[in-house]
Formats: sequence, structure tokens, C-alpha cells
Amino acid sequence: MGKQLVINDVTLRDGMHAISHQYSKEQIAELTRLLDDSGVDIIEATHGDGLGGSSIQYGISKETEDDIIRTAVENAKNAKVGVLLLPGVGTIEHLENAHQLGAQVVRVATHCTEADVSEQHIKAGVRLGMDTVGFLMMSHRTSPENLLEEAKKMESYGAQTIYVVDSAGALTMDDVRSRVSLFKQHLSTKIGFHAHNNLSLGVANSIVAIQEGVDRIDASLAGMGAGAGNAALEQLVAVMNRMGISHNVDLYKVMDAAENVMKPMMVRPVQIDRLSLMLGYTGVYSSFLLFAERAGKEYGVDARDILVKIAEMNAVGGQEDWIIGVAQDLAKEKQTKRGIEI
Amino acid sequence: MTQRKVKCAIIGSGNIGTDLMYKLLRSDLLEPSVMVGIDQTSKGLALAKEYGLTPVYNGIEGFKAIHEEADIVFEATSAKAHLTNAKILKELGKKAIDLTPAAVGPFIIPSVNLETSDVTNLDNVNMVTCGGQATVPIVKAISNVVNVSYAEVVAAISSKSAGPGTRQNIDEFTVTTAKALKEVGGAKESKTLIVLNPAEPPVLMRNTIFVKIDEHSEELYIKIRESLDQMVEVLQEYVPGYRYKSEPVFKGDLVTVQVEVEGMGDFLPKYSGNLDIITSAAVRTAEIMAEAMNKEVEING
Repeated sequence: MGKQLVINDVTLRDGMHAISHQYSKEQIAELTRLLDDSGVDIIEATHGDGLGGSSIQYGISKETEDDIIRTAVENAKNAKVGVLLLPGVGTIEHLENAHQLGAQVVRVATHCTEADVSEQHIKAGVRLGMDTVGFLMMSHRTSPENLLEEAKKMESYGAQTIYVVDSAGALTMDDVRSRVSLFKQHLSTKIGFHAHNNLSLGVANSIVAIQEGVDRIDASLAGMGAGAGNAALEQLVAVMNRMGISHNVDLYKVMDAAENVMKPMMVRPVQIDRLSLMLGYTGVYSSFLLFAERAGKEYGVDARDILVKIAEMNAVGGQEDWIIGVAQDLAKEKQTKRGIEI
Repeated sequence: MTQRKVKCAIIGSGNIGTDLMYKLLRSDLLEPSVMVGIDQTSKGLALAKEYGLTPVYNGIEGFKAIHEEADIVFEATSAKAHLTNAKILKELGKKAIDLTPAAVGPFIIPSVNLETSDVTNLDNVNMVTCGGQATVPIVKAISNVVNVSYAEVVAAISSKSAGPGTRQNIDEFTVTTAKALKEVGGAKESKTLIVLNPAEPPVLMRNTIFVKIDEHSEELYIKIRESLDQMVEVLQEYVPGYRYKSEPVFKGDLVTVQVEVEGMGDFLPKYSGNLDIITSAAVRTAEIMAEAMNKEVEING
């Protein structure tokens, strides 16, 4: 039997995107209890864009940051509670506060080519004695070799685990294999992988990452997450059981939690549809889904065209404000075309 | 009457310091005389020498020896360095214009508070951040018309124009900018987000400003729009590449303004509008100081 895989659940963090950051304290408490009881190792709970993320730009959280973290901490008996931090959005002060509230894991996230903005925050996590993770988002946007160079920076700052993060759900299985295997060969840290299911590869990519030797995998109940969601925890556990991969999660418990509790909470079904598929196809940050959908309706343009344009502009995670401008431009173009036809 | 040019030193030979030098060379009121660095091989120091400035290679200690060559000193190093240098400059009787987020002196946003800040009597002023220079005026233009309960800024700058100073002090950037949105912009609450975008070719500096207003009506919208247009014109006087990215959007109690800044392409290419806006603001501030110094000379002489 191999080593035990660590499952980092993201239902309460990535899942925030899918519910526009509107989980109530009661929902957070219930989901935390179910996840904790199922055996997941880490429960990440924050605004979808991490500490300090509650904003007009990304969506205002229903509950305060303190209440989200505190509720998760109070209801997790065995699992550690984690937080996400994007430098530029959250600050070290936010992190110190989260730590004081009982968060034990911090994942410091940057765009895949900008690891050097994470130095202060990774060092702060280490100084606080937290389980400190480097999280390289939009990993499809750079080559495996470049990604490794960025990972090495995070390693030098003291990150104990470094993730290949497929924020756009755009990596195929070979793309995952090449990135994870390079990390495995050249990093002395632990390694993790975070999937999105936009191309229907969430579980498959996670399994490839496990085969290449990752120590941690992200998943969420019924895939609750941005875009078409993450790797669905119950599906991943079923596959891992069939493949004899060792982990701590109870299959029936996560099946029941996904079916009885998670799915009824969803506002927009977390699924592969033409728009979430388009995220993976064009390589756009998954949390842009609801913003593009709304802008498409408001300006009378095809939301898929918005995503194509946003991909061409190379928008990175956190640039939701570019969507309205693109929708306005597309609407103008449409009007001019119509004018010419008349 | 020919005006005497006031001599200026630049501490810091990086992107900001070098860009500043080019702008000072064009000024009618200021003359860059010294550039202070710590790196013998710095491109900025080599350029400074070429343009006739006295290069100093051993930092603030070196400057002390020749401090009489300058009356105004621009700090373009880091917040940490300025905390030390500020004291020294004060002792030497220099006027310090601080382009780091150290915020030793009061915030100056030329289009908003240069005239009311009495800079001629201050020995240290702070230029906030590039994001602050680009967005505080917008919030102020709105708070001049109606109470602003909340202002939120999303600053996107190209990865290429964000040097190591910005990258290692990203918390200071967001915290200082947010503070200025309140103190100078007039917002009750505030938040700042910054995103580095690595796209090629590099994107122009772009800022989205979300402003929540206490009351709203069609009439107020018109007044706000007029106030915004005026402010943009004032900014364009010293940052020609400053403009709306799209038409301001009014929806209920939310006003959304997007602006972009195209640089003048002095030291770095035009995408580095984020450098231009803060160096231009610093030069503008120094010119006001210089005018006052010249007047003093006239009166006393």
C-alpha cells in the first residue's frame, strides 16, 4: 500500500463562486460537519477569491470573513481548516486574523507566471506555523518548464506544498502529467493538484496527478466550484477505491452529502453546459462563468463570444471587471453590423 | 524675467527614478542635478551621467557629501529605505517628495489637493501609489457632488512594469491606496485590489473604480458626469495619456468608472502608464514648490 493521499476539500471556498459567495452560516456549519465526518483532511473555507475577496468586483459575501472561518473551525473536529490568499487581494493582516480564528492551512495563490508576489505571504504563513502551500493558478498558460521555475521560487520562500492549479479546467491529461512529473523530479516540497471539470476531465486529471505522485488532491461535494466545478469528491473517491488508492474518505458519506445536501443548495446547477465547456475550451478562469452569463444577457450578446474575447486578451484570475467592457464592445459591433445590413 | 531652476536629486536609479529624470529634464522650473544609487552597474546611473547629472554610487552617505547640489529630493527607492532617509533629508533641510508607500508626509494628489495642502511649507510629502494617483481623483470628483459611502479600486498593471519593489510590497500598495481613497478621495470606506497581467504585448495600466453613492437621481448622475469630465481634463494637463477606458456607468447607487493610462514612453515603453502617473504627479508637486522658492528668493533678494 502506498502513502495516504491528503484530500483538500474546496466545497466551501471554490464552491463559493458557484453560489455567488452566498452560503449562510447554517449551510457552512452543516457542510463542514458532513465533510469532517466523511474523513476529508483539510476543509478550505473563505470567499471564492480568498481572504479579503468580498468586494463589488468579485461579489460581496453573505457572511463576514470572520464568521465563515469561525463557523468552519467550530464544526471541524478532525479536519484542519484552510484559507486561500491571493496577494493583491488579501494581505498578511488578513492572514494573521484567519490564523487567530483557527485556520491552520494557508494556500497562497498567484497567476502561474507571477510567483514572486507571494514571497511575503508565504513567509508570513511559515512564520505563523501554518501548513503553507503555494498555489500556481492558470497553469495551462505557461509551459511545464516555466511553471517549474515559478514553483522553485515558492519553494525558496518556504512553501511546504506546491500545487499545479488548473483554474480554467483547460489542461488535458498529458498536460497534467508533464507538469506534475517535472515538479516531482525537481522539487523537494510536497505536490498537489487542483482540477476544474470544464472539459469533463476533473476526475481523470486528478487520477493522472495521483499516478505521477502528488501528495494532495482538491475535490468538492458534487463538484461544487467555479465553472463546471472541481473534481467531484464522491466520484473521485469511487474511482480511487476501484484503483486501490489509499485515502481517508468514506464513499457513502460523501455520496449522501452530495446528493441530499449539496445539490439542493445549488442555485445554478454546477455542470458541464455550453458556457462552462467554453471556459475549458478557451482557457478562461472558471469564476468568470456567472459574470459572463450575466453580461451576455444584459448586453444581448452570446456569452461564449465574451469568453473568446477575454481569452484573446489574456485576462488572468481576478479580472472580472474586463467582462463588462468586452460585452459593451461586442454589443456595439453587433449594432454597427445591423446598421450596415439595413 | 528668467526663472531660476531649482536643483533636484533623485534617490533611486531604478525604473521610477530614471523615468523621473527624463521628466525633470523637460521642466522649466526644475533641474535634475544628482542621481543617487547603490549599484555601480545601474543603467539609470549611467544614463544620469550621460545627461550631466552627478552620479552617486554609495547611497545616501554619498549624497550627504554633496547635498548642496540639490534643494528638492525625490525618493524613488522603497518604503523601508525612505523611513531612514526621511530623517536625514530633514536634517539636511531638503524638501522630500516621497514616491514610495512609506507615507511619512501627507498624501498629495496634484489634481485634488496640491493647492490646498500648503506643500510649500511641508518638508516631506507622499505621492501615495500609482494606483492612488490614477483613482483617487475619480473618487474625489464624485464625492464633490454627493456623499460616497464606499470606493473600490481594481488596478491592473502589466507584469513588465511591476518591478521588484512593487512585487515585494504588494500589501503596502493596496493598504496605502485604500487609505488615500478615504483621506483624499472622501470615501467613507474603501478597498483596493491589484492584478498583475503578463499578457504580451503588455496591457496599458487600467483601473476600474466602483463608487457607492448615498443618493442618486438622473440629475445627480449628470452632475457627477460633469465633475468627472472636469477632473479627467485636469489630470490630462500633467498626464496626457490619462483617459476613460469606457463610458462611466450609472446604475442605482453604483457608479463604475474605467480609466487607462498610456505612458509618455520616456524610459519605459508606453504601457508603463503606472510609472508615468506617479512621476508626473511628483514633478508637478515639485514645480509648485519651486515656484514658491523662487518667489522667496525674489522677496528676500
